[in-house]
Amino acid sequence: MATTLESSGSALRVTGLRKAYADVIAVDGLDLNVEAGECFGLLGPNGAGKTTTIEICEGLLPADSGSVEVLGKRWETDADQLRELLGIQLQDTQLSEKLTVDETLTLFQSFYRNARDIGEVIDEVELGEKRSSRVGTLSGGQKQRLAVACALVGNPKLIFLDEPTTGLDPQSRRQLWDLIARFQSEGRTIVLTTHYMEEAERLCDRVAIVDHGHMIALGTPRELQESIDVSNLPPPEPRKTTATLEDVFVALTGRHLRDE
Amino acid sequence: MNDSPPEVSERSEYSPVLRPAVAGRSPDTTKTLSRRDRGFKRSSMVQLTLVRFREFIREPEAVFWTFIFPILLAAGLGIAFRQRGPDKLQVGVVANQNSAPLIQSLRKDSTLVVQSFDDSAAAKALRTGRITLLVRPTPQRDSVLYVYDRQRSEANNARVMVDRAVQVGAGRVDRVHSTDTFVTEPGSRYIDFLIPGLLGMNLMGSSIWGLGFTIVTARSKKLLKRLMATPMSRSQYLASFLASRLIFLILEIVTLLGFGHWAFGVPLRGSLATLLLICLLAALSFGGLGLLSASRARTTEAVSGIMNFIMLPMWIFSGVFFSSANFPHAVQPFIKLLPLTAVNDALRLNMLEGSSLAAVTPQLGVIIVWGILTFFAALKLFRWR
Repeated sequence: MATTLESSGSALRVTGLRKAYADVIAVDGLDLNVEAGECFGLLGPNGAGKTTTIEICEGLLPADSGSVEVLGKRWETDADQLRELLGIQLQDTQLSEKLTVDETLTLFQSFYRNARDIGEVIDEVELGEKRSSRVGTLSGGQKQRLAVACALVGNPKLIFLDEPTTGLDPQSRRQLWDLIARFQSEGRTIVLTTHYMEEAERLCDRVAIVDHGHMIALGTPRELQESIDVSNLPPPEPRKTTATLEDVFVALTGRHLRDE
Repeated sequence: MNDSPPEVSERSEYSPVLRPAVAGRSPDTTKTLSRRDRGFKRSSMVQLTLVRFREFIREPEAVFWTFIFPILLAAGLGIAFRQRGPDKLQVGVVANQNSAPLIQSLRKDSTLVVQSFDDSAAAKALRTGRITLLVRPTPQRDSVLYVYDRQRSEANNARVMVDRAVQVGAGRVDRVHSTDTFVTEPGSRYIDFLIPGLLGMNLMGSSIWGLGFTIVTARSKKLLKRLMATPMSRSQYLASFLASRLIFLILEIVTLLGFGHWAFGVPLRGSLATLLLICLLAALSFGGLGLLSASRARTTEAVSGIMNFIMLPMWIFSGVFFSSANFPHAVQPFIKLLPLTAVNDALRLNMLEGSSLAAVTPQLGVIIVWGILTFFAALKLFRWR
């Protein structure tokens, strides 16, 4: 799978990132490099440090040490510029239930110096029929598409999606996959976290698996699948001829439960 | 979409191979609208203020507590404590052979309600307070005995009224002719005291709740964090609360004072511009307290506790329902320094006494100092995430 694109260069470069909370080290010396135009997946069990990493990259959390370079800029010096260039969807933002879809997007649009047309964004996320519905009346999938629309309205170069399809029904998930694939086809860079291996396999050009704040594997989904010897998998997996990304994930991060 | 094609073909549909075909819509070439294209109504300050406005009017409970509840409270208390004129005096007469002419003379006085009793019933009526004074005719036609409790002022009053009726009935002629002119003074009734207090309480409540609750809700829903990830100006976010407060402020003043004026004739003796200035400064100053309550709290439960902790003492001490002068002399300086006391005092001086702007400057000073201190403390402590 091609990882170098027409506008190559680094969209996100993270080196030696460290972040500790009072009781736990969330990110422990992480290095990442996301190429412009690629869809990059960040996988890992609960508590692996994915959200912390993403929030540091989004400028929402300060890092303890290490450096983050987003689109060639740094949060310490270019925060205002960077916020104009990024599209963000957080894990569990609840948008105001009293506002309509239109009003919500008009609000987000108003924050950006150069913003996309609301109607166009609404069509893109297929919420045309819900334009004047209150957010409180939307289904889970529709709310999530609205959250993605809020990330799109500023015409971002780089989009961060933190578990965009968690808790959605299969139809809504596929609709979002279409949407994400379309961003990528428009030449935007995407960084997403997910628990669904199928999602990563379908959408991501490259995947990093992190655990305990370290990166433990990096490559295209195919490369990672091929790195596992199927015959070593515990039952019932050995019946397969090639490993799935989920096999890789479980083989690397172990089988014990990681409850948040 | 639902009858998914085999995995391989769907994967290839999304593969980067397709990209150059639609590369015409890259972020650099997608059509965008600049701030100027979008116009004033779509500016972030207007949009943020509109959001505050919409969130408020789409919350029926908030509308009730801000606009309807104060009016119900004013109406209820105004009716309960209205002045009904002097009460009629209940007097009893012991029935015997001389009581008939006596009762007749007493009935001529419209302030007296006269009943006749036999001996034991009369004693019981006096004891239980059904009558304030008992008239006992004596066997001699030219003398009468009054039985009453001289500690009770209305009994003394009854003594004077009854005796006058008895004397006039027996033929006394007054030497001096007297006439009465009655005056009623709006401004001295309970409702006149109450309405400015309710206005002050309402200004405090809606500023503190309006900021405190909304901000903490946004924080607990991670909406505040989401907004922080946009280029939104933080000061505009906070300013939008004040802007929407000012819009509702006018409505609050007009509904409550309009009601008081229309239903009870509560006077508005001072300048309306000064009244508006007092309300404006009060709303902004209490906004600072609201912001301070919201600066750290992560849950709406926590902020509700903080806000009640701030407001409850002022409901009691600041002279909303009864004068703060009822509290001991030693604590008066502290009561005077509470922001709601200053607001209520200033409103009463303006509305009831028609005092000038200069006369309410000490109160305005207290209000402004509270506003400045709380805003700076809030900005220092405020947690955006």
